[in-house]
Amino acid sequence: MAEASYPQDLLYHPEHDWARIDGDVATFGITWHAQDALGEVVFFDPPAVGAQLTQHEPYTEVESVKAVSDVIAPLSGEVIEVNESLAGAPEAINDDPYGAGWIVKVRLSDTGQTDALLAPDAYVALLA
Amino acid sequence: MASAATTPLRRTSLYDTHVALGARMVPFAGWEMPIQYEGVISEHLAVRTAAGIFDVSHMGEIETSGPDALQFLQRLCSNDVARLEIGGAQYSVLCRDDGGVLDDCFTYRLGPERYLTVTNAANHAQDLAWFVAHRDTLDVEIIDRAEHYAMLAVQGPLAHEMVQAIANAPLPPRMTVAERMIDGVETLVCGTGYTGEEGVELLFESSEAPAVWDALVRRGAHPAGLAARDTLRTEVCYHLYGNDLETGRGPIEAGLGWCCRAAGGYIGAESVAAVRAAGPSELLVPFVIQGRGAARPGDQVIGGGVVTSGTFSPTLDVGIGMAYLPAAAAVVGNEFEIDVRGKHRRARVQKRPLLKV
Repeated sequence: MAEASYPQDLLYHPEHDWARIDGDVATFGITWHAQDALGEVVFFDPPAVGAQLTQHEPYTEVESVKAVSDVIAPLSGEVIEVNESLAGAPEAINDDPYGAGWIVKVRLSDTGQTDALLAPDAYVALLA
Repeated sequence: MASAATTPLRRTSLYDTHVALGARMVPFAGWEMPIQYEGVISEHLAVRTAAGIFDVSHMGEIETSGPDALQFLQRLCSNDVARLEIGGAQYSVLCRDDGGVLDDCFTYRLGPERYLTVTNAANHAQDLAWFVAHRDTLDVEIIDRAEHYAMLAVQGPLAHEMVQAIANAPLPPRMTVAERMIDGVETLVCGTGYTGEEGVELLFESSEAPAVWDALVRRGAHPAGLAARDTLRTEVCYHLYGNDLETGRGPIEAGLGWCCRAAGGYIGAESVAAVRAAGPSELLVPFVIQGRGAARPGDQVIGGGVVTSGTFSPTLDVGIGMAYLPAAAAVVGNEFEIDVRGKHRRARVQKRPLLKV
């Protein structure tokens, strides 16, 4: 998507990742700002189902034409689903970072960790 | 806020044009330059399949003229400048006494005793000082033309006809230069480029650049940024100073022995000849990553060596690059491993160029 957007229903990690929380499961991805800074994503290696993610730690990499970037886990938990379609079509991370470009679904180990995340307005303020 | 100690970035005469086109502007070699407009992949492919237009006004120009101009340039340029005919273009490197490469440049012969050397932006001031320092008693005038000229590169299979359509006379062939009127503007048209494609580089008075740029974009030239320029040149294995060339390495190691001709008696010729005779200990080779992912400049080769250029190739859809390898390993077909952020990626030495255009 060409225009910056930061949906109201997401929580944001200051290292440019988002989480959509549904009970004790959350979907993770990278923000519009992150994909814009990175440029067109050309390679993506999904983590394995069952992998344990730790909040604030990298769990995968996305690679663009010019750069490679760590993707940071906004929350801790176990990967229960990965977006397999990204392996063949990583450009979805650019085209639809909050929809088709989602990266993993995680069963959260501590929902209280959301206190460390930012509301949309606070994240947008961080980018300014 | 920029601190008082920060040198402000310079802007080319096309700055407003780039911003209006939605370019992402980045600092590059002291200039604020467009890294991309729509996206590096589409810009890259436009150059390979149609035509792209690049603002390369950050490049420097040094004009050298006078009765001793040839003798002077023979000292500085590794190539044999005596072979350069009027209207000709020639690639060479500038070396230190020890053979380390100070810059790589194109020299155009504009007249019997008049030459124009195009330098890299990051090296221009130092090149100019190097030129002036070696004038000695020679009867030669050295003029810094970097402020005067804007430079556009129009590259791709359709580039020639696009420029020809607004030119007053046939464009000069590859590796030559001629004065033409382009869109009514006095222009030095150079049959050179940095993409491997057919095309021209245009030099004219800097204030003319926006109108000529617009005329070519109206005819279908795709604005292309520095990111595409880098992926395009890497596919055809053209060197980038600061990556593949540096003062700590010589031209033989870089595979540029072909532009080092001792006949001219250039500075560094003895050191370069010694490396040539003994055989270099390392060589720059093109490589292709086996499998997914790309290696990046600075990544270390397992067992010795370093990646100096590395990117994803939009044309080949694979990671490519160039690396200095120990000479024994620098053999076409040889496979090696690169430490890419802690992961070992397999790469294969390829023939130059990686992409035949």
